[in-house]
Amino acid sequence: MSLEFATPMLVILVVAVCTFLSRFLPFALFGGGKEVPVIVKTLGELLPPAVIAILVVYCLRGVHFAIAPNGLPEFIAIGIVALLHIWKRNNLLSIGVGTISYMFLIQSIF
Amino acid sequence: MTKKIVQYAFIQTLPVLCGYIFMGIAFGILLERGGYSFLWAFLISLIIYSGSMQFVLIGLLGGGMGLFSVILLTLSVQSRHIFYGLSFIEKFKAMGKTGWYMVFSLTDETYSLLCGMQIPKELNEKKVFFTVAFLNQSYWVVGCTLGAILGGFIGFDTTGIDFAMTALFVVIFIEQWTSFKSHIPALVGTGCGVGALVIFGASAFILPALIASVGLLLILKSRIPQGEAQEACQ
Repeated sequence: MSLEFATPMLVILVVAVCTFLSRFLPFALFGGGKEVPVIVKTLGELLPPAVIAILVVYCLRGVHFAIAPNGLPEFIAIGIVALLHIWKRNNLLSIGVGTISYMFLIQSIF
Repeated sequence: MTKKIVQYAFIQTLPVLCGYIFMGIAFGILLERGGYSFLWAFLISLIIYSGSMQFVLIGLLGGGMGLFSVILLTLSVQSRHIFYGLSFIEKFKAMGKTGWYMVFSLTDETYSLLCGMQIPKELNEKKVFFTVAFLNQSYWVVGCTLGAILGGFIGFDTTGIDFAMTALFVVIFIEQWTSFKSHIPALVGTGCGVGALVIFGASAFILPALIASVGLLLILKSRIPQGEAQEACQ
């Protein structure tokens, strides 16, 4: 088996198993009517917003703020997504318009 | 009976149809641009089936990140699922074998549909649940595969389409910001993310950022008001 096939396949299988485990965890732990451990409950509740924030940073990790255009296209597009979303609360609209704006910004303006 | 169930489930899942096809196509195009054919897109959407994690996955396929980091990252990204399952333990158990599929396919969107549906009494609830979950995954698999097929043929310049992933996370960030009582978790994540990026650099910051966030949240937990601003389900 070539590495080009084996490596992505392995990563996909690991992510698939971990994703299933995270969905299965509550059933495995508390299926018998047992009390949910406090630490599991706390992390399950507090961790998601922190992880999403890290993922936003992850998406922007390649942006160079010291070099022109100084991350301007990213900031403008994120501003559009945020304002549109606060205003209309429509996921598809915010993501769609934001993405098209960003594509326009980096292809035609910056 | 079956026809009525499918009809009802289809109407309920229409918003998800739009969202999954659109996001699925964006994922497929990105994956194809990364050098992976539609067969990969089909496999990934079939066995992983998670919007946010699949977008993150594209950057991991090359194998640059260690397996331990991949495991920790996946579990963290999916940690919200712990709460989804808790609302359905008894119902899924009662479904027998199809209950396993319900556990596997409990995405954000399927969860919110299952929570919100007012199923008419004459319809079998278990069958409606399964049909809704199955239809949703079908839309996702079709969208992802289609995107990867189209990706090779699209005539216009797709540079910058990867911003769909950033936009998705910004939208989720805002949703959580407004629905959570406390903004401390979101701020902890932002601080740890930016701090770790500055210290460890773009290729190695995720794991330290996650560990720092878990540590800080455990230290701060008694000061963070918990519970959502409004109960999402049950």
